Amino acid sequence: MVVDGLLYTKEHEWVKVEGGIATIGISDHAQEQLGEITFVELPAVGQEFAKQGELAIAESSKAASDIYSPISGKVTEINTELEAAPEKVNEDCYNSGWFCKMQITDPSSTKDLMDAKQYEEYLKGI
Amino acid sequence: MKLVFEKSIPHRRAVRTVESDVPETINIEKSLLRDKCPNLPELSELDVVRHFTELSRMNFGVDTNFYPLGSCTMKYNPKVTERIASYPGFAHLHPLLPQLRMGGMLTQGALGVIYEMDMFLRETTGMDGFTMQPMAGAHGELTGIMIIAAYHKDKGNKKKTILIPDSAHGTNPASAAIAGYDVIAVPSNDEGVMDVDTLKAYINDEVAGLMLTCPNTLGLFNPHIKEICDLIHSVDGLVYYDGANLNAIVGKARPGDFGFDVVHLNLHKTFATPHGGGGPGAGPVGVKQKLVDYLPISVVVKRNDGTYALDYDRPKSIGYMAPFYGNFGVVLKAYVYALMLGKEGLKRVAENAVLNANYIRAKLNDHYTPAVDKVCMHECVFSPTQKMLDNDTHAFDIAKALIDAGFHPPTVYFPTIVKEALMIEPTECESKETLDAFIDAMIEIAKTAEAKLHAFSNAPVSTPVSRPNETAAAKNLNIACL
Amino acid sequence: MPFISNTPDQQKQMLADIGLSMEDLFADIPPELMCKDFNLPNGLTEQKVRERLAGLAGKNYIDLTLFLGGGFYDHFIPAAIYSLISRSEFYTAYTPYQPELSQGTLQAIYEYQSAICRLTDMDVSNASLYDGGTAMYEAMMMALRSTRRNKVIIDDSVNPIYRVMIHSYTSNLNIELDETNCVDGHANRDQIYKLLDDKTAAVIVQNPNFFGCIDDFTDLAEAAHKKGALLIVSCYPMSLGILKTPGQMGADIVTGEGQSLGMPMSFGGPYLGYMAAKKQFIRKMPGRIVGMTADQNDRRSFVLTLQAREQHIRRDKATSNICSNEALCALTALTYLLLMGKEGLKETAQLCADKASYAFKRLTAIPGVKPHFETKWFFNEFVLDLPHEAADVIAKLIEKGFAAGFPLSRYYEGMENSILICVTEKRTKQQIGMLAEALESIL
Repeated sequence: MVVDGLLYTKEHEWVKVEGGIATIGISDHAQEQLGEITFVELPAVGQEFAKQGELAIAESSKAASDIYSPISGKVTEINTELEAAPEKVNEDCYNSGWFCKMQITDPSSTKDLMDAKQYEEYLKGI
Repeated sequence: MKLVFEKSIPHRRAVRTVESDVPETINIEKSLLRDKCPNLPELSELDVVRHFTELSRMNFGVDTNFYPLGSCTMKYNPKVTERIASYPGFAHLHPLLPQLRMGGMLTQGALGVIYEMDMFLRETTGMDGFTMQPMAGAHGELTGIMIIAAYHKDKGNKKKTILIPDSAHGTNPASAAIAGYDVIAVPSNDEGVMDVDTLKAYINDEVAGLMLTCPNTLGLFNPHIKEICDLIHSVDGLVYYDGANLNAIVGKARPGDFGFDVVHLNLHKTFATPHGGGGPGAGPVGVKQKLVDYLPISVVVKRNDGTYALDYDRPKSIGYMAPFYGNFGVVLKAYVYALMLGKEGLKRVAENAVLNANYIRAKLNDHYTPAVDKVCMHECVFSPTQKMLDNDTHAFDIAKALIDAGFHPPTVYFPTIVKEALMIEPTECESKETLDAFIDAMIEIAKTAEAKLHAFSNAPVSTPVSRPNETAAAKNLNIACL
Repeated sequence: MPFISNTPDQQKQMLADIGLSMEDLFADIPPELMCKDFNLPNGLTEQKVRERLAGLAGKNYIDLTLFLGGGFYDHFIPAAIYSLISRSEFYTAYTPYQPELSQGTLQAIYEYQSAICRLTDMDVSNASLYDGGTAMYEAMMMALRSTRRNKVIIDDSVNPIYRVMIHSYTSNLNIELDETNCVDGHANRDQIYKLLDDKTAAVIVQNPNFFGCIDDFTDLAEAAHKKGALLIVSCYPMSLGILKTPGQMGADIVTGEGQSLGMPMSFGGPYLGYMAAKKQFIRKMPGRIVGMTADQNDRRSFVLTLQAREQHIRRDKATSNICSNEALCALTALTYLLLMGKEGLKETAQLCADKASYAFKRLTAIPGVKPHFETKWFFNEFVLDLPHEAADVIAKLIEKGFAAGFPLSRYYEGMENSILICVTEKRTKQQIGMLAEALESIL
């Protein structure tokens, strides 16, 4: 499932840009590939990441995947509910399963992200 | 089954403490003492013995039955080695004795074992010096990569990367990364081996070395191995031999002759020391002459008068990988095994290991999908057929079905370059009768899996527990009873 | 042939059956790479090999009365331990990859982890590491990962063998390693406080330390935590029968050498590196960890857990490269702790301290023999200053049948006359008396 109005990366993160703030999570495809998620390691508020920096880790019982920062920015908020309920990523990856919000420090870093249509095409090619 | 902590009865005792024969009782200042006794259970010796005997019956070892766990070389562990390792002359020897003045003379027997094992391994692998310090295979890898790093540092080489094929054990990239290198994965070709032309594209001046398992994790020997070594040497890189699969060629060919500069051996694989449910192992590292100076401190040397001594004066050494001489008890068991095999026995190891693997491969070839359809070395890799997968029987399910048939399953889902891998390594020890029984079980499972949907999704049913919920284990962590 | 079941006839039959020759099987190895001949001896029978190895064992001097410790101890080992760990279902098994066939190993490791936590007063433990030295290195790496900092402070009262190991392991890495010099047998607070800053990942100390002195690191834990650093304590597990636990002191990671828990000295290994930590560091912990869960029928069962960050999955991004650990040694430690029980461990630890205290008094009564430190409290090791070079005195005492101790000059400057003496529960009043007489006679 792909949601309109979001931007996507080839590593299957999604980004919702509102004002200068990006909300970040992983796509439905990504959560399905990972299987039942048992733990999410989130960054600290205030931490800065370059685009492609290692932002978070999503763990299932069989794999631990890096989540890369889709943009360059500074973490302003993290989804602390994932600590106790990582299954939200499986159940509702585009809403309550979000990972963190970031202040975009380099607006050009969103340029090469895919829109929903492009991402859908990309998924077909995998 | 109850935890041992749930069996505690107040004031029950096993071992009685010896009575004090000194007039002193020291009353250490209270602030330095623990506030209450460690909360250990109170049991009789019989309680403890029954508990672990019951636990042991929920376990499966090589002594139980066939254990064809690919890449782990689960060969028979001769009993005599246990007996010898428990000789008081070895078991009660304090490791610091050689550090006392003239102390080396107090441990000539033990130093002799280390020295002789060093010589045996040199000749077996074609290397010029060994360290016994690494306490496991992965520890050997780290030692080997640190030796490679020391070599480059000494020569003023600016090297950054270690090349590793995508079929490698996970320990290889992990060890290289921990030693401070960037890891570059080299893809295998369709036949599952490293392609010389592909490798060429990865060769540059930043390459510190290449780590290679040979034969590789698909059980294939790369006929171009010498060219590969030459290619790495052409940029002053060093070639590392992961000895996990040495069992396939031991007594027939030597990594040192292929062009490898550093090797590690897994004594708990090739040299039959028991794996203890996860360890201890031993991972001696051998090097060519140009790297001997970098071996860890200390090294056992033989003096002109025939006595042994420890050489601590090694200014170029990478230092100390272990406090003393590695897992001496394990090295000792491997030495006993090596002495019993001798030259002729060593050769028979590889021959029979490879024969047994090919016997299984040939007999299962029509029933499962081979990863590569050709003669293998010491292990063979299969996947379930498409029909089985369509019936939702995966490698995992076949493994569980084998448990009900009385066998330990092969390694599953490794190597990762093969989808749904079942990696079978029979070892040289197993008899034709055992192999036939295993083959029959595998064929029977194949037939059922092709005929029926979800044929084994509930397997195993014959074990003390069925499939444990691993996700729940990771999510609701309970890793200690406090 | 030894340990090969198939007869030559069977081998021929199998080859015929699959239509291959022995040469075919090795055809991928280029002929020029085959080794024509090995310069190795012929194989020995069991009878011969036992004779030869008994001869070698006989060349090792194990009849010396041991007052030698230094982190590796001659404790009493109950017979039941060897009997239990020698059950082949335990010792001939591999790593428990198939939980249904490995509940014995898995439950035992879970119980081991629990016992280590109870002994140290920590929350979590892994399934074992190679030895005390590599465990300390792994704890340091764990602190670096957890804090994302690169400076470590280590006091020189930590076992010098472990300190040289840590120097070796980190020589190629970008890590600032600062050593402080202990004062009167205690970790140097002044120096440590000065060095502690917001770049510091960890402070590493040991209790009892290499000199046998007992410390309480509660103040160090507080100071480290104030700067966001972790406190790593290496601990001699036998001492925890009576001594204040690292958990009580506020330590974040605890490691140590588990050899004293039922393992023979065996010339340096196999031993047991144990590691325990506060709960919040569990996902940064290296190595295998066993967890309790339920099977499909809701029965209690055990599995390897939190393995997603280990080498077989994360490869070059893994938490560590550990694969084999020291599982059988962990089983040894567990059976030891259970056979001793809560009272037994306390009594044995007290006995070690009592006998050491007696030996200290007896030996310091000899003219010219003085305590090196003023500090009052030691566990079962202590440092004495002799009127002559310690290494020389020790060599002379070997001739009289004693491994009297360890010459500290080997690792510490200015301690030429200092000897580290260890007394375990196995030493008797008579042996201590004989050592005192022998020492007095040569001074």
